[in-house]
Order: sequence, then structure tokens, then C-alpha cells
Amino acid sequence: MTAYLRPRDLDEALAARAAHPDWMVLAGGTDLMVNANHRAAPPGILDLWRLAAVCFVRHADGAIAIGAGTTWLEVERDPAVRAHAAPLAAAAREIGALQIQARATLGGNVGTSSPVGDSLPVLLALDATLEVASPRGRRRVPYRDWCTGYRTTQLLPDELIVAAIIPVPEPVPGLATRTAWRKVGTRRAQSISKVMGAAAITLDGDVVVDARIALGAIADRPIRIAAAEAAVRGLRLADAAGAARAAVASAIHPIDDVRSTASYRREVAANLVARFFA
Amino acid sequence: MPPVGRSLPRVDGVAKVTGRAQYLDDLDAAGAWHGATVRSAVAHGVLEAIEIDPALGSELGAEICVVTAADIPGKNVIALIEDDQPALVPIGGRVMHCDEPIALVAAPTRAQAFAAARRVRPRIRPLPAVFDVDAALAGAQRLYGDAGDNVFKRFVIRKGHAGDDELEAVFARAAQVIDGRYATSPQEQMYIEPQAMMAAWRDGRCHIVGSMQCPYYVHKAMKPLLGVGGDGVVIAQSVTGGGFGGKEEYPSMLAAHAALLARKAGRAVKMVYDRDEDIAATTKRHPCWIRHRLAVDARGELAAIDIDVVMDGGAYLTLSPVVLSRGVLHAAGPYRCPVVRVRGRVVATNHPPHGAFRGFGAPQTTFAYERQIQKLARARGEDPLALRKRLALRTGDTTATGQRLEASVGTDEVFAALEAVAGAAPVRTGVNRHGAPVRRGRGVCFYFHGAGFTGSGEQRLAARATVAATAHGFEVRSSSAEIGQGSITIFTQIAAAALGVDPALIAVIDPTTSRVPDSGPTVASRTAMVVGGVVDRAARAVRDRLEAWAAGRGMAGALAELARAYVAEAGGELAETVTYEPPAGVAWDDATYTGSAYPVYGWATCLVDVEIDLDTCEVAVLRCVQAVDVGKAINPAIVRGQIDGGTLQALGWALLENVVYRDGKVANANMTNCIVPTFADAPELETILVEVPYPFGPGGAKGVGEIPMDGPAAAVANAVEDALGVACDELPISPEAIAASRPRWSAPMEVLR
Amino acid sequence: MRLTIEVNGAARAVDASPWKRLLDVLRDDLRLTGTKEGCGEGECGACTVLLDGEPVNSCLVAAAQCDGRRVTTVEGLARGELLHAVQRQLIACGGAQCGICTPGIAVCAAHLVDRGLVRGLDGPAAGGGEAAARAQVRELLAGNICRCTGYQLIVDAVIAAAREVAAGAPEVAR
Repeated sequence: MTAYLRPRDLDEALAARAAHPDWMVLAGGTDLMVNANHRAAPPGILDLWRLAAVCFVRHADGAIAIGAGTTWLEVERDPAVRAHAAPLAAAAREIGALQIQARATLGGNVGTSSPVGDSLPVLLALDATLEVASPRGRRRVPYRDWCTGYRTTQLLPDELIVAAIIPVPEPVPGLATRTAWRKVGTRRAQSISKVMGAAAITLDGDVVVDARIALGAIADRPIRIAAAEAAVRGLRLADAAGAARAAVASAIHPIDDVRSTASYRREVAANLVARFFA
Repeated sequence: MPPVGRSLPRVDGVAKVTGRAQYLDDLDAAGAWHGATVRSAVAHGVLEAIEIDPALGSELGAEICVVTAADIPGKNVIALIEDDQPALVPIGGRVMHCDEPIALVAAPTRAQAFAAARRVRPRIRPLPAVFDVDAALAGAQRLYGDAGDNVFKRFVIRKGHAGDDELEAVFARAAQVIDGRYATSPQEQMYIEPQAMMAAWRDGRCHIVGSMQCPYYVHKAMKPLLGVGGDGVVIAQSVTGGGFGGKEEYPSMLAAHAALLARKAGRAVKMVYDRDEDIAATTKRHPCWIRHRLAVDARGELAAIDIDVVMDGGAYLTLSPVVLSRGVLHAAGPYRCPVVRVRGRVVATNHPPHGAFRGFGAPQTTFAYERQIQKLARARGEDPLALRKRLALRTGDTTATGQRLEASVGTDEVFAALEAVAGAAPVRTGVNRHGAPVRRGRGVCFYFHGAGFTGSGEQRLAARATVAATAHGFEVRSSSAEIGQGSITIFTQIAAAALGVDPALIAVIDPTTSRVPDSGPTVASRTAMVVGGVVDRAARAVRDRLEAWAAGRGMAGALAELARAYVAEAGGELAETVTYEPPAGVAWDDATYTGSAYPVYGWATCLVDVEIDLDTCEVAVLRCVQAVDVGKAINPAIVRGQIDGGTLQALGWALLENVVYRDGKVANANMTNCIVPTFADAPELETILVEVPYPFGPGGAKGVGEIPMDGPAAAVANAVEDALGVACDELPISPEAIAASRPRWSAPMEVLR
Repeated sequence: MRLTIEVNGAARAVDASPWKRLLDVLRDDLRLTGTKEGCGEGECGACTVLLDGEPVNSCLVAAAQCDGRRVTTVEGLARGELLHAVQRQLIACGGAQCGICTPGIAVCAAHLVDRGLVRGLDGPAAGGGEAAARAQVRELLAGNICRCTGYQLIVDAVIAAAREVAAGAPEVAR
């Protein structure tokens, strides 16, 4: 019989996680419950659904902190996210459809770390940091270092994801920030991504001072495109688009699968990124 | 108001919106076991053994029952057109496709049954498999027949020429020749209720209930398999969650399996497919390759049409000959042409069998001819709609099979309806909400669809239906299955109109083979027109007899009161069973494939506007207008819904649906990857009902179920071509395909629409 | 384990594995078969129910997660024989055909209508008017696949129901 625990607080959750590393950590279940009726029951379920300690959105101290248990519906509806992390709100709205958005959580997306996880390129582009906890204490991991391979992460067996922290920098006089996001899925809604692009671009007039450019569904994990970021630095927007296009096209090595082709993914990834600078 | 022509609320509406409607899996089946299927993992091979762990049941903690071909009491076939498909591959027999049924398992719960099935292991010695139709035609492996070409069936239609030389001579002297090659993809029906069936043996009879379109097809298939007579098996339909052809022939397989398990287990057995299993193992629309040549004379008239159709039938013959037949009969299109040759072949491969799907071969050939006509318009610099109008068949013209069109030819009406709402074509370039540049284009097309069975099919079938006056009102008994298309509501309206009574007094009973006559299958755009016509006549006969009986007694009153009086006096109901009679002058020659291919045709025009995102090559359908001549809309809301649904299936087929085979196995066997359009993908559908009555249909109605599937794909292709200047001759017109064509796009310019 | 779930307003006790799907608890244990299974992978939406007032795919919810929570199924939409406005309009507009997706759509659409999430119908100021509202309905219902209708008459029904509820038609006030 599968054991089940719905912890009252984070400490209880962490203790259970440490005591039962083989238990399934379950929140919205939109990934883990697929075809559950035909899969072996896990030895135990550590149920974090609606655990108050990980269900929050806080805007303070120059950052937005989003609890790992926050659903995408909550993320999408949050005024601070909409105002200061618009691409994340936009991505939230394209994760599955309403039924999925009402259950799928930020922590689930980050923890499952699927290459097609819809929020992940945004977390890269916005330079998010993850906070994880264990009975040993808390630590912060820059999201750019989080993914270690295909569906593998830095999360240790006794850890739980607590939150993602998205910096909201003070405006710098004379500089402007542009953020962008686009998902290309198999259809208009309730779709798996074929290509995703996200970017945060710092501009001095129409000159690119800095840019973070991230892509999803084109590698075994979401990735920043350092070559494109370097290529656009110091260029006027009009030139940056072409430079970004060329840099992306030569930097990535997507694959063919049942959903799309390598050549399509390469071309569209380059087009999306170029459009962010247009 | 008369009951015909009015949007009466669906008879089954309340049950469906409240969740009370009982689909197969909803039926209370206390004590029933659940069945699961052991399938082949290879596409072609010899079944050497089936390894069953003797400890399987005890390990699962449940009793189990395993069935193999050796348990079949009768003949190991799923009887349909030919007896080539086994219910289960026997030891020593040939496995012909991936996911072919090898053995069956029943257990007390569904999870146990599926778990057990995973642990029954067929040992198969692989043989080289053939997935390519050309390789199959070249005889790479012998999959079917003795001719060495693996052809299940071939047809040739000739009009206006004696031999091939004569045909080629017309092409040789043509002012213009349009020569194109087209390919269409397999398509999954994706009814939302998976295949489901339950069987139980009681009093020596096998009782089968399930999700199906054709109770009598299942009945016919069960007799030889179970070795019983017609009374030995009873087939009942449960509320059916969509069919679209997918529940035409396949339910016989599921019924066979449930019946065999129930027989051996000695209890009721329920089988409900998982979605992945349903996609992997059941029939799809035939993929099709077409070469199409048009010869045009100096005046711009069609001088000759030559078409070669090849379909991949998959591993067994199933309904492929009939699908091919309908495909070739529609291939020349609704256009005037004195010389026509259509050749068709459907070929065996090691793919899972392809089968019935709404349109039944016609969507494939329609795609080809409407692309050809579009290319002709471009080549001639002629407006595509005007060209179609100019060449269209009208009353008095003859089709490719020499059928002279007489009644209910809605050509002019469907063109007029489309033109009335067409409006201006979309602005050709722009920017979308993503900031991406877009191109827009418009496509049109014109098509027809034969209603009812092909040729002499309806005469042979001789559909019967019964209307009975009972103490409680009036009963309609037919084997037509309500599968969402509204047949029970339509029959209610037809019977109410014929009897002159309130529709509330009509009950259309469930089609159970022991209680209803054989009205034929629920397919081929025939239910309202053919069976509805029989219901109409039966109802009139009941009314006449009741009124005559009452007149003889000097009685008067409402018909329902007369019925009650009759039952009280006679001690039983007054029933009339009527058999379909074809309209006079419908003559068909199966040997030469000439004559009246169908009693009547539906006619339609379609207009599609598209917008293509030039960054992603995604196509958005901005508008989709379809004007369909339905004869008479018995229930306009239901007809509208039918057309809308078929239209979106066609748009999905055009743009995003596909079944991806890898080494003969469906590689995208789940709803995540085998996608169909969502609410957000669907445009606002502008459906226009045009009524050009068919004198032999009930109230003037003719078949409408399939025609909306035929045209929209070509309209999309024509619109994309208009936008980009590049031919779209293969389905699906995926973003990947459009992106690959980028080097061939025209410069942005105003081009001909 | 022993679970107590408030289903359609009534507390229901069930013994079930924590891993059992809510869908199976509803259908098998509580015999509420109005909730349908179309795919088991959260794609089709036929199994949509409200969990604490939000639409979810019940095939993706573990039974234990519902302990002490509220679930609304299609059986809970009507008040006795009085149908919810969405149900009534689905019939009136022709938005149900084979009906297998209908319960999920009714539940999700009733949620949208009851929560006032179909916006833009009450005047041009709200932006875009009916066309925008229709587009919104299409986005919000995109998790419910229907293969019969082409969605057109379902959108008509949801818009009509939203108008009714917005107008406060007394018999549908909920």
C-alpha cells in the first residue's frame, strides 16, 4: 500500500523527504499522474499540493519570489508577475490549457526539467535563482546552473524546491529593458513546444548593452545561447537581429522527432530570437 | 410548425449534458471482468509461440483467463468483405502488422488485465516488412494474393474513349496539360470515447453491447467466429461517443475478443481500449498517392482527365476495396469532361489496416482534383471561382461514369451562396501580434459527394425499418446507430411529420439486433436519406392503416388515441416494416463501372482565408465558409453541427493532424502527439445550408455526413499557395513543410486569386 | 486509506489507494459516471471536474489529494431538474453531439460563466465585444477536445449562457 503524507509545514515536508527519498514528491500531478492507472504505485506520496509554505508570490527587495507550489494560473494572474516578469506570465498562459494551469506548478516544471518545460527558458532569460531546502538548511542555485542533463538537475535526494526568485532590477537612467517570449507549439493551445525563445535585453537607446537569450525544446535541456548574446552586444537593434539570427542558427543542434524536424527548429529558433531584436 | 425543417432540441440532449447518458464504460457490470489484448511488437513475422508464465495469476494476486486462437469455437476470421483477417494470430500463423492481436487476457480489474497482458509474450520470428506502396507493388514480400503485386483491389473507369491510345491522343492535341502528383496522410478518427465492448453468454446465446456504428456488421462477423446461427448472438449498441468511420468495421474485432474472453471466463467481460492502444491498433484514413492529368482544349474546356490513385490498405483487406471505389468514383470531380480515365489500386503493406473514415476515399481524391483545377486557373489567368463555375456539372450533364444528373443538382445555388458572403480577399501582407510579418491568401474549391451506398449497393442491401403504433405512442425501429450525428432526433422528426403527431409521442429505440430489422450500417451519408426515407414510408403506412381501421369503425380522433384503441382491440401493436426501394432509373453496371454511381449527390463550395506567420510558418485559418447543398435540412441545427464538425476534421487533416509510422508502428500513439484541433485552433465556421430538394429523400433531404470532410483541405492548400506562390500538394501542410519550401516562395506581390 | 471528499455538496467517504485517480474514485467508487475518460493523459478534458472551484483533469489528480477538499462534477451542475444555463444552452444551440466530451465542457464552461470569466459581452467599452469574448472562450476551453462539433455551436452556447447569467436571469442565478 502506498504511504501518503500531506505535511503541515515545510519542516515536516523536509523531514519526510529526508526519511523517504524513494517517495514521489507530488504537487499538481500533471506530469507524474499521466497514465497513472497503468503504472506501479510509488511506495509513498509526499503531497505538496497547496502546502502554504511553498504557495506564494512575493514582490519585495528588488525581486519577485514565487513559491514552488504556486500554480501557473496563480502566476499568470499575479499583478507583480505581469508587471515585472511579463514573459513568465505569458509562458504560464501557454502551459497546457486551463485545467493544466490550475494544477501544474512552478516547482513541478523546474523539478521535472523536461526539455520542453514551458517556463524554463523564461527563468533562464530572467536570470532566476532557485531556493532549495533540506533538513541541512537552505541554498540558492542560479537557474543557469540548475539543469545537468536530460531531465536531471542539481536537486539532491533530501531536497525540495522552495521558490524561484526573479530579480527586478531598479531602472537605470538612460537604459531600457526589453523582455520577450514566444512559444511555437504543435498547435495553438494545449500543445507541446517545438521551439521556445525568451530574452531579456538591456538597451541604451537602440544599442544593445546586454542580452540574455534562452531557448527551449532544441536541446536536452533549456539553454542560454552565449554566442548570440556575445554577437549582439554593442550592436544597434537593426543589426542585432541579423547577428542574433546567424549566431543562433550556428550554435544549436536540435533533433528530429515526431513533433518537428531539426531544420525547422533551427530556422524558427533563429527567427524568434531575431524578432526579439526587431 | 411541422416537425421537419425545425431545430428540435436533440432527443438525447438532456441525458448528454447532465452526464446521465450511459456509454459502454458507464454500464453497471457487477461481476464483469476486464479484458486486455496482447499485441505484436513486430510488423511482419511468424508467430512461433506464446509464452505465458504459469505463475502469472498468483503473482498478480488475481485469477486470470487467457485466450488464444486455439480457443476460437468457429472460424478464426473477422468476416467482412474477405475472410483474410484473423481474430487472433494462431501459432504458426503470420503476424501482418504491429499491434496485431495475438492473445487476450481477462482479470477481475482493468489494471490487473493490462498488467497481465504485458506479461504474456508472443515469440515471433521476424520477416522482412514492407511499408512502401511501391515496394509492395513490386512484390518485395508476398502479403496478399497470388499476383505478386499485393493489390487488394483495382478499378478502372473509362469515359469517352476506347483504349489508352485514344486517351493519349487527346492529351497530345491538348492546348494545355496540367500534370500533378499529390500525397495525403493517414488520419486518426479520434472519437473521444475509445473503442469499448462488453460480452456475456446467457442461455447459450452471446450478448454483446458496445460502442459501434453498425450492429449488423458485428452480428455478421460473430456468427462464423463463434460458430452460431443468427439467433445465437445479439448485438446492442451503447451510447456511442463518436465514430466517424472508426467504429464501422473495427468493433467486430473488439466484439470477437470480448465474446471469446466471456466464453472462456464464464462471465461478462468488458473491454475498453486505452487511448494509446486505440491510436496504435485501430483503423485510420488511407494514405494516398495520386497522379492527376488534365487536358484542356483551346477554348479552355476540359478535354480529358486521367487519374491514377494508389492507396495503402495496410495489412488486411478490411473495407479497402469500398474506400478505393468511393475514391475513384469522386476522383474526376464535379466537372464536365468528355474523356475520363480513372485507375485505382489499393495495396497491402505491413501497416495496421487502414479503413473507414468520414469521406471514405473521396477526401483524398478531392484534394487532388481541386489542386489541379486551381493550377489550371493560375495557368490560364482565370478567376478560380469563375473557372469552377464555368466547368461545373449541372442538371443534364454526365459524370465520369456516364450518369446523367437529373435531380437536386445544387451547383448554381452553392456558388451563389458562397459569392454572397465572400467579401474582399484579405490584405496580402501585414504583421501579427508577435510582430512577425505575415502573408495572407484565399483559396476556394467546389466538390460533390455521392449520398448512400455506391452503385447497386442500396438495392442489394435492401434496408428495412419498422414503425409501430403501440399503447404508448409510436416506435421507430431501425439498426441505424445514433453516434452523435442526431439520427434519433431526425427519425423522430420524420416519423412525427409522417404520422402527423407530436414528436414527443415518438420513441426511436436502441438498435439491438434482436429487436430491429437490418437497416444497413450507419455510414455513407445514408442514414437520414435512405433509412429516414424508409422510416417516412413506414410511418405513412402505419398512419394509413390506423386511419383505415378507425374509419371502418366510424372512429375519429388523434392518431395516438386511435393507436391505443387499436392495441386494446387487437391485443398487440400495429407495425409496418418497409424495405428501401431505389428511385426508378438508377442503373449501375459493376463490371464496367458505369451508370448511376449514387442516387444523388451533395454539392458544396468552400472558401478559406489563411494567414501565414513568416517567422514560424504556422498557418492560421482566418475564415472558413462552406456552402453545402443538403437537399432539405430536417433539423437545421443538427445539420449545421454535422457540417461544422466535418469541416474542422478537414482543416485538421490539412494542417496539423498526422499519424507518424516508424517501422510500421504508430510513433505518435497518444493524444499529446497525435493532435487534433482545439477550440483555439478552430476558426469561426461560416456554414451555409443550401436546400435543393431531392425528390426521393424524406422531405427532400439527402446525405450530408461526409461532404464537409471533402473540400476544405484543398481550399487551405489553394489559400496557402495564393499567399506564398508555392504549390502545396502534400498533406499535412505543416509548418515544417512550409518552412522547407521557403526558397520557392514568390516575392510579395499581388497574385491571382 | 480513508478519504472524505465533498462531492457536489455532500461529504462522501471512500476507501482508496492514495495513488488512485480521482477519476476512478468518482466513476468506480461513487458511481458518478458522468465524468468521462478520453485519454488518461490530461489532453482531452473529458474528465474535467472542479477541485476547490478550479477546473482540473480528474485523471491527473491522486485521490488522496482530494481528502477534505471540494469536488464538483457534471452531476452537480443542475439543481434537481433545473439545468445550469450552460447545459440548457448546449442543448438549445446544438453544442452536444456524441456527448462524450460534453460533461467536461459543461463543467469547464459553467465555471467560466459562473465566475464571470467570459468578459466583453456587456458593451463595447470592455474591448472587442462579442468577437473578443468568443476568442476568450476558445482560449479558456482549449483544454477540452471535441471531435464532433467543430466547436462553433459550443462557443455559441457558452456565449448565450454568459449573457443569461450576466443578465441575472432569476431561474439560473447561482
